[in-house]
Amino acid sequence: MSTKGKVVGIVANLVTIEVDGPVAQNEICYIDLKGVKLMAEVIKITGKLAFVQVFESTRGLYVGCETEFTGRMLEVTLGPGMLSKNYDGLQNDLNKMEGVFLKRGEYTYPLEKEKKWHFVPLVKEGDTVTGGDWLGSVKEGWIDHKIMVPFNYEGTGKIESIVSEGDYTVEDTIAVVCDSDGNERKLTMTMKWPVKVEVRSFRNKPRPFKIMETGIRTIDTLNPITEGGTGFIPGPFGCGKTVLQHSLAKYAEADLIIVVACGERANEVVEIFKEFPELDDPRTGRKLIERTIIICNTSNMPVAAREASVYTGMTIAEYYRTMGLKVLLLADSTSRWAQALREMSNRMEELPGPDAFPMDLSAIVSNFYSRAGFVYLNNGQTGSITFIGTVSPAGGNLKEPVTESTKKAARCFYALSQNRADSKRYPAVDPIDSYSKYLEYPEVTEYLDKTAESGWVDKVLQLKDILLRGKEALDQINILGDDGVPLEYHITYNKSEIIDFVILQQDAFDAVDASTPLKRQQYMVNKVLDICNDNFEFDNFEEIGTYFKKIINILKQMNYKEFRCDEFNELEKQLDSLLAERVVELESQAAAL
Amino acid sequence: MKTKAFQKIYTHIENVTKATCTIEADGVTNDEMAFVDGRPAQVVKISGKNITLQIFPGTQGIATDAEVVFLGKPPTLKVSNELKGRFFDAYGKPIDGGPEIEGEEVEIGGPSVNPVRRQQPSEIIPTGIAGIDLNNTLVTGQKIPFFADPDQPFNQVMATVALRAEADVIILGGMGMSNDDYLYYKTLFDNAGALDRIIAFINTTENPPVERLLVPDMSLTAAEYFATKHNAKVLCLLTDMTLYADALSIVSNRMDQIPSKDSMPGSLYSDLAKIYEKAAQFPDGGSITIIAVTTLSGGDITHAIPDNTGYITEGQLYLRRDTDIAKVIIDPFRSLSRLKQLVIGKKTRGDHPQVMNTAVRLYADAASARTKLENGFDLTEYDRRTLDFAREYSRELLAIDINVDIDTMLDTGWKLLGKYFTKDEVGIKQEFMEKYWVGSAT
Ligand SMILES: Nc1ncnc2c1ncn2[C@@H]1O[C@H](COP(=O)(O)OP(=O)(O)OP(=O)(O)O)[C@@H](O)[C@H]1O
Ligand SMILES: [Mg+2]
Repeated sequence: MSTKGKVVGIVANLVTIEVDGPVAQNEICYIDLKGVKLMAEVIKITGKLAFVQVFESTRGLYVGCETEFTGRMLEVTLGPGMLSKNYDGLQNDLNKMEGVFLKRGEYTYPLEKEKKWHFVPLVKEGDTVTGGDWLGSVKEGWIDHKIMVPFNYEGTGKIESIVSEGDYTVEDTIAVVCDSDGNERKLTMTMKWPVKVEVRSFRNKPRPFKIMETGIRTIDTLNPITEGGTGFIPGPFGCGKTVLQHSLAKYAEADLIIVVACGERANEVVEIFKEFPELDDPRTGRKLIERTIIICNTSNMPVAAREASVYTGMTIAEYYRTMGLKVLLLADSTSRWAQALREMSNRMEELPGPDAFPMDLSAIVSNFYSRAGFVYLNNGQTGSITFIGTVSPAGGNLKEPVTESTKKAARCFYALSQNRADSKRYPAVDPIDSYSKYLEYPEVTEYLDKTAESGWVDKVLQLKDILLRGKEALDQINILGDDGVPLEYHITYNKSEIIDFVILQQDAFDAVDASTPLKRQQYMVNKVLDICNDNFEFDNFEEIGTYFKKIINILKQMNYKEFRCDEFNELEKQLDSLLAERVVELESQAAAL
Repeated sequence: MKTKAFQKIYTHIENVTKATCTIEADGVTNDEMAFVDGRPAQVVKISGKNITLQIFPGTQGIATDAEVVFLGKPPTLKVSNELKGRFFDAYGKPIDGGPEIEGEEVEIGGPSVNPVRRQQPSEIIPTGIAGIDLNNTLVTGQKIPFFADPDQPFNQVMATVALRAEADVIILGGMGMSNDDYLYYKTLFDNAGALDRIIAFINTTENPPVERLLVPDMSLTAAEYFATKHNAKVLCLLTDMTLYADALSIVSNRMDQIPSKDSMPGSLYSDLAKIYEKAAQFPDGGSITIIAVTTLSGGDITHAIPDNTGYITEGQLYLRRDTDIAKVIIDPFRSLSRLKQLVIGKKTRGDHPQVMNTAVRLYADAASARTKLENGFDLTEYDRRTLDFAREYSRELLAIDINVDIDTMLDTGWKLLGKYFTKDEVGIKQEFMEKYWVGSAT
């Protein structure tokens, strides 16, 4: 018999329940408010009192409301049919809800009960299987959706029976497995999994080494992220976190994108709802929505469900990773999740840590980031979850608990700078403060030597050097005045400006410039480095600025053109003749030739 | 405050603090309204039989034997067409001497719109002010505040925007408004002949501060009624949200909650988001647009109130006095409308985005030139041109007293670019240069 209880106390969405039996931490219960069932999660237990956070408004709740405990933690339902869906933070299908306004206590099934899927078995009777093994496959859109042995299947079992190829619903039994003790278990195409527990149905998790192409130059060229890597984007409001994440969602080279809108604006999600069904996936020619799952718990939706939303996203990502897919998980913004934790912790009158966040914030964040990664599955195939979250630091100050905790957990740091945003140098990723730890991985260097060109990482470091020297030169110019520094300083600064304007800056709203394939980035890096390594002669600093503005202008026009189209080639010729006007060969170089 | 026969009455208060009182009672529901000694109050905490009530006007003089009457319902507003042209207090009671409103009684602070039912905002709100229409275009369904110092003319600008916005209904939510400002709005709307589409919920400096907490929800409940039942284009003005947030902190401090940054409650983000996210474009054509005012103290936008607001709203508008031209301008640097992307270059001329960005970039160059000048360095010829450009740009486009249409703004933009800069310096896409460039051929 399941445990029952009665409401005895209410403060905002923290409700105290006196229980008549055993309850577990993180167990889900339903509070009955005059027939409307409000879902809640146990977050603390003291004796007979269970403290629960309610995933809904508690308005109208009163002492004595009956509560029923489910014996289960917060779970998601995994199976074919999740692709292209719009879920709330608790995996309710938002499209199945009636009316314009959300109703309390309305929970909708995340998959399609009636739909038949064409199942092709991959195992046969007598095969030995374990949790996460592939039983068969159905076509979910363009994805070969693997039907797997439930992750919670302990040890190994023998396939006792498996259905033949044909059409089945998610609830039909498709296989029966039997463990060594002779216990039979019927399997369907779905399974449930508690969101706060990592799915570990894989063989091992090596260090990531493959570059994930995102089409965003400041990432791919300067601070690349790997398949299975982690990164975060902190930045003051309005500096471009969401635009950058939307670009990633549109252009990154992944099989599946999961976008978690976590406590941010509804209108931004509407943008995805409206645009993704229209936009083409440049790689496959299909619509973007066909590789996207949206989890939408906007800022006005219940706070506790906001906390759940990132876990819901991660668990769905883990499910698809175990099928051998390359998943990109995006969360905007993880600060809102941390704030949800803070609100609950304050209500429970826990001892607060810095800025009133819970003491264990760092551990919670690290734990979450560690669920991303590149894995070898039990069958030797690979899968990955690349995770990129945004952070919204209070007051734009990066010395705050959420940024600091995340910095410890994530390997790529894409700091958005207010100054760059103010001068419309988008994306406002600061080239000097940002980093990708993956550039230090020998296996990544090796990978880039093979896939881009040999010595690629050295070229990247050269770019960074020039940027740094350019900044130093500018500082000197600002201190000493245009006239007060040697001409060389102006040239150094202007060379760094080429990198900034032509490689770093990228117009997210231009059809061509919005995404740059790696091959084209490679061309640009070489072109720009060549210019940076050239020697120029000028008589005065005003000439320098004017000349380099011309160069930048041509290169920018090229960015707006299709790679290698006639106009592009024409611009390249113009550029070359402009360069020929000023480039001088040093004697030593001339001698060497 | 007549009591009705079935209402439970209690007369034994256990506990009184500055803002709350606690009594023993049965069958009380969370968020329910009550009257304590005739003062409006709301249930904020239930612990067994102990009910904590927040008393909006404060607890001065509340005696332990004061009469407590529970109303059995959360705060409500009666909605109907009769609301139009009327002025109310924070509880929705008329303050204009007119009769009570007849209509359906709805709970304020109701549920959120299902995000998948929202439509994408796509209709421009023209204001005639180029600092807004050209650089920071507003769209119906948007939420945006003015970040302003208390001495800046934000009420005037907001009123101008409201009257030019072609809204079906304008709702003014005044929080901690001075009586003078209240009368300013009233007279202005009256003179503009707009009273029949105005609704106001006003808490003035003379009213208790905690009452303000009801004003946004009252305003937005009325807004939702018109936007969903009449498919109206509703514009909701909320001023001053800083005073609203201050009231939140008063309450949370008195309830002994652990404050986070700037002694604001840890839930400030969610509290503000719940209000601002009521802005929406509805499927049947109605919309709610929120224009708010958040006053800054000493221009500090890292303070928790503007900071959290900035993270919630779709941009922000800054006013600044430009001493060069002795006028107030919409500051192009920190001002931003996030939703402009949806309309500029699509509903407006194709060159709009590039003209806008280029002019702002060159205006930024002027700012660096000015810094150079202040630091005593010589200016280049380019620097001097940017400064001249900035002055004219400020006067002809940024000043808040501009009133022209967007095409004219763009033409003015091209005129200024062509007058002061070369083609290379402008760096706009070729197709637009060919079409609109009016400067010299190089
Ligand atoms: N790459 C870009 N190209 C052009 N404009 C951009 C770019 N990135 C950002 N912007 C501009 O900056 C605005 C704000 O960007 P965005 O919404 O991504 O900020 P944010 O960092 O997510 O802010 P918040 O923390 O408030 O959510 C956009 O509406 C757009 O006008
Ligand atoms: Mg954002």
